[in-house]
Amino acid sequence: MATMRKVLPRRLVGLASLRAVSTSSVGTFPKRVKIVEVGARDGLQNEKNIVSTSTKIKLIDMLSEAGLPVIEATSFVSPKWVPQVAAGAKEVTVFGAASELFTKKNTNCSIDESLQRSDEILRAARAAGIPVRGYVSCVLGCPYEGKISPAKVAEVTKKMYSMGCYEISLGDTIGVGTPGIMKDMLSAVMHEVPVAALAVHCHDTYGQALANTLMALQMGVSVVDSSVAGLGGCPYAQGASGNLATEDLVYMLSGLGIHTGVNLQKLLEAGTFICQALNRKTSSKVAQATCKL
Amino acid sequence: MGNVPSAVKHCLSYQQLLREHLWIGDSVAGALDPAQETSQLSGFPEYVKIVEVGPRDGLQNEKVIVPTDIKIEFINQLSQTGLSVIEVTSFVSSRWVPQVAAGATEISVFGAASESFSKKNINCSIEESMEKFEEVVKSARHMNIPARGYVSCALGCPYEGNITPQKVTEVSKRLYGMGCYEISLGDTIGVGTPGSMKRMLESVMKEIPPSALAVHCHDTYGQALANILMALQMGINVVDSAVSGLGGCPYAKGASGNVATEDLIYMLNGLGLNTGVNLYKVMEAGDFICKAVNKTTNSKVAQASFNA
Repeated sequence: MATMRKVLPRRLVGLASLRAVSTSSVGTFPKRVKIVEVGARDGLQNEKNIVSTSTKIKLIDMLSEAGLPVIEATSFVSPKWVPQVAAGAKEVTVFGAASELFTKKNTNCSIDESLQRSDEILRAARAAGIPVRGYVSCVLGCPYEGKISPAKVAEVTKKMYSMGCYEISLGDTIGVGTPGIMKDMLSAVMHEVPVAALAVHCHDTYGQALANTLMALQMGVSVVDSSVAGLGGCPYAQGASGNLATEDLVYMLSGLGIHTGVNLQKLLEAGTFICQALNRKTSSKVAQATCKL
Repeated sequence: MGNVPSAVKHCLSYQQLLREHLWIGDSVAGALDPAQETSQLSGFPEYVKIVEVGPRDGLQNEKVIVPTDIKIEFINQLSQTGLSVIEVTSFVSSRWVPQVAAGATEISVFGAASESFSKKNINCSIEESMEKFEEVVKSARHMNIPARGYVSCALGCPYEGNITPQKVTEVSKRLYGMGCYEISLGDTIGVGTPGSMKRMLESVMKEIPPSALAVHCHDTYGQALANILMALQMGINVVDSAVSGLGGCPYAKGASGNVATEDLIYMLNGLGLNTGVNLYKVMEAGDFICKAVNKTTNSKVAQASFNA
């Protein structure tokens, strides 16, 4: 393949005309961010090794000690979910996707059909006074369809919101997104759903998670999903990493002066604990940098 | 890894995925997609120059010593990628004239925004170092050799902790004033976050035009790409990085160092910014050097793309 070598200008062309955003908005961030810790659920589910129930309970205890306000603990709710609720589930989650092919391969039905099923769950949950959180997968790209239109994401998110989900987490399932795409997607969604009801769930498969999360914060999102130690690989890219590490997220938010309520030191301890139990190295850069000193 | 779901086999191959998402196609510049035009108009520079420091900074900070023939092959591969600047030489000692006679096309001078760091690293105060640099830069300019300045500890120091933006500005201004064409602001221990990056750049940009500035972010705490994104939003358009994220951090044992060029290019491509660099070729060069020095890549893009 011939290399194309263009002589590219070193200096910017018309920089002034491209600066549509003033510097002040670049630094606007929410004052508080709620972190939704998915390590005990999403994370452990996608790890090679299985841990005992007592280990999982200990992890959840340590995460709670660290001050994390929301810790996802339960596994996927099956259709026979009433017994689980009777067993004490405080919240229910419904899963959708912005991609028809992904929905078909994952749950064997179309997006519309999956939303109908979610609607039934939502009605029952609301009748029982249980809040429901929605997830939309593939918001920045799909392993089968490739590009996903922001309009499609907005459509699915709007439906979930109007069905009664108090919050919808927008997931970059395969981590292919970059900050510009995140911005475009959120712009479209925020036309239909208030930003206070939105969360982002970024995967770090291509190292973009924190940069994408930063962009989401600049857009006004104040809820972020992450996983202690970056637990959970990516089933679509062998050997690749998955979730954004909570420690690295907390480090950034702390540095930005954003309140999270999380004690980084205790969080690091929880991460060390679970990595030892799983016999794996942490995916958190903060943990790698601090633990060896 | 355990069982990969059978559905995965029907997934797009990684090449197709990268092509779809990076809009690389056959042209290095990439075809513009309407979605990208929105991103381009939202305050980013049109073109970003990547300064590849892998063969110098990267290899220097790796435990393994690299044989010269491998280093040469590595640099050759990098030169096929479209990267316009590749740092290859090691630190220039005070007797630098012979190196220049040997064909160096550019020299670099390394300052720091921290007195303690300066003393521990080069055994003199910031002021003393600046005086020495003035001589070096002056002589270089005499020979029409451009000089690039580096400011270490721009967002924090392993000894002093917090570094004020004013100090970074002061040192950068000195280096720029003595004739350095570009000043690379280094987050040497990777402690910076987008907020501290913004505050530092706001201060420096009052004295030095953004076109003469570069950022050199370390990924020790996973903050590099987020910090670089902030810098781009502020108007910086030169970024230092190292293929495969070569080079650990001498101040935090076991920690990572440079930001990986592959991951940087991935982000810049996604933002629709022109770099002139072919990501696939960079990934190949990264794969080559990692196998040669027997280490795992620090690039997430590489980890996701090459089978474990």
